Amino acid sequence: MIQPKSMVRWLAMSLIAGVAAVSAAPASAQSTLDTVKKRGKILCGVSPVAPGFSYADDKGVRRGFDVDICRAVSAAIFADPDKVEYVPLNTNVRFQAVQSGEVDILSRQNTWSFTRDASLGLDFGPVVFYDGQGLMAPSKLNVKSAGELADAAICLLPGTTTLQNLEDFFRPRNIKYESVVFENSDEWRNAFFNGRCDAITTDRSDLASVRAIANDPSQYVVLPETISKEPLAPTIRQNDPNWRDILNWSVYALIGAEEKGVTQANVDEFLKSEDPEIQRMLGVNGDFGKMLGLDNKWAYNIVKSVGNYGEVFDRNLGPKTRLGLTRGPNELWTKGGLLYAPPFR
Amino acid sequence: MRAEAMSGTSLLYNLRFRAILYQVIAVAGIVLLGLYLFSNVSQKLAEQNIATGFGYLSREAGFVISQTLIDYKPTDTYGRAILAGIVNTVWVSAWSVVLATVIGLFVGIARLSRNPLLAFLAFLYVEALRNVPLLLYLFLWYALIVTGLPGVREAWEVMPHVFLSNSGLTVPSLVWSGAHTTVLLALVLGGILAVVFHRRATAERIRTGQARTMWPWIALAVLLPPALALLIAQPDLAVDLPEKGRFRLTGGAQLRPEFTALLVGLALSASAGIAEIVRSGILSVRKGQWEAARALGLRDGSTMRLVVLPQALRVIIPPLTSSYLSLFKNSSLAIAIGYPDLVMVSNTTMNQTGQAIEGIAIFMLVYLGLSIMISVFMNWYNSRVALKER
Repeated sequence: MIQPKSMVRWLAMSLIAGVAAVSAAPASAQSTLDTVKKRGKILCGVSPVAPGFSYADDKGVRRGFDVDICRAVSAAIFADPDKVEYVPLNTNVRFQAVQSGEVDILSRQNTWSFTRDASLGLDFGPVVFYDGQGLMAPSKLNVKSAGELADAAICLLPGTTTLQNLEDFFRPRNIKYESVVFENSDEWRNAFFNGRCDAITTDRSDLASVRAIANDPSQYVVLPETISKEPLAPTIRQNDPNWRDILNWSVYALIGAEEKGVTQANVDEFLKSEDPEIQRMLGVNGDFGKMLGLDNKWAYNIVKSVGNYGEVFDRNLGPKTRLGLTRGPNELWTKGGLLYAPPFR
Repeated sequence: MRAEAMSGTSLLYNLRFRAILYQVIAVAGIVLLGLYLFSNVSQKLAEQNIATGFGYLSREAGFVISQTLIDYKPTDTYGRAILAGIVNTVWVSAWSVVLATVIGLFVGIARLSRNPLLAFLAFLYVEALRNVPLLLYLFLWYALIVTGLPGVREAWEVMPHVFLSNSGLTVPSLVWSGAHTTVLLALVLGGILAVVFHRRATAERIRTGQARTMWPWIALAVLLPPALALLIAQPDLAVDLPEKGRFRLTGGAQLRPEFTALLVGLALSASAGIAEIVRSGILSVRKGQWEAARALGLRDGSTMRLVVLPQALRVIIPPLTSSYLSLFKNSSLAIAIGYPDLVMVSNTTMNQTGQAIEGIAIFMLVYLGLSIMISVFMNWYNSRVALKER
């Protein structure tokens, strides 16, 4: 008499427990800033290996342009750029990692596009790098433009819009081509270097990384066409306006500092500046940090520990690095580029 | 007993009732949990503004798939792209199964050979292939092809118009038309006719004890339908010859390195397992059967073919089914070396649409469905070869 009843009860209890455990999992009520502060660090999704953007140096420390964006946010929150845990993500899982809360910021050369913004439950921060998809071919093939690539085999990676852009570019020109798609970026590069493909395609910034890896970079030429717009922007979940403001203004602080000529080296002198906007930005005047839920010195801490946008660019991607990229569209609006920070007032 | 079952309190003591009750509760629990998970996921997705549903399957895919068996253009839908991926998966798996079975059979028999060198080589083959992860072999075969063979512009012309390069093997091909299909169908029909003839002749021989010369009839059955079809349909014999273009070889038919590496990798790895299964099957047949066959005057080859293997099949088929299933599922490693199988096409789809849950659901269902079909077929075959007790 006792046994069956207790059996039923046990079943019912375990069912309820199971349901409770499942429903407890995807909580999102608490603000991201509180979670991050309590945890003591930011979880930042980055590329596993992308020279210039995200890579581990010879001491195992993660460096790069994308990494510095997370370091800037960390400096704004903790007054320390290194309260970041980096989560290497490949292209296939990166957005799910943001959606599920596995990372707080995804700073991983992601293109900001309509469907991603509107249908994935994601928000994008300011564009940190204006990129575009390009093609690279061995110089011995003597290819002068992408329009000559009829019947060529082209190596690419999945999990991006690369394949679609290629089709959008070639279809109106009535050019047939063979696509060879690799999951693994090592296989992808090797297939190209070994001549399985006549051309390789990805964002131009990434082409520079591929070229930098080649035994002899001079054997490869990047073709002149930019076949798509790829505004790269850090990505966050769509449920937290405050977190979005913190990300936005951390990036704007980098750009704003360059506009005002504030650098890592001279930021302390600028604390005495008479310019009211610099005073507001660096927390000398006004309560701008408090409005974001941060310390008033947030932007000062960013510039002091990471530098301004120009310094971040030059350190990781600039002409003196292996990638050797020029600023191009990633120049300040005052110098003919597209970078523009809203006013600090 | 009946009175007891009628009264409410003692119903719980009824073993049969209790057994059913537990099952009902268990099933209800699982269904409720499933429903809960489903509604939970849909609700969270809606809260996070993530698009759901299978509507995307009818939208334009907009990406190329380079090797497809069915017609596919980038202007087709995501649904058709996924179908092309499924067909590719089935295609490479089917060839791998055939190749693995043939190699496995011979290696398994070689393992038991009385020639020590042959037995040792077979042993090495099996151990080398089954003790290293398949993925590493795939990388190895692919790297061998891509780095070992010359580039496409230096392609090696093995025979006139047959080119071998690191972009694959390119051979001349017929310009296919409806007439060719007719001839092909006629050829299949001829084959079927020949088999029917042969069976009837064998039955006749067993019944009457007299063997009649049948081969002219069988030859006629094979040749007549295609010959007629050739005369009537008159297929055009135009051949598409591969030529060196600026980048690639254009024209002809191509066996691509991605397909080849995957086929070889899957087939060789599975063949090692199959060899061991075959060996265990042969060892399970008692020595007395060999001796009896020899006493009847059968040679070794005939003994193996007519006496031992049919009995060994009973032991071989069940584990062979598992080998086929794992081979089929392992084909999803294709993505590592660039063969556009179901997983690769689904991944591209998921990344363009962002609808990962639906994408994964589709490919899980497809793998499940096809695996079950393989199991059902193999179980049917197993029951056919099983020992018939008369």
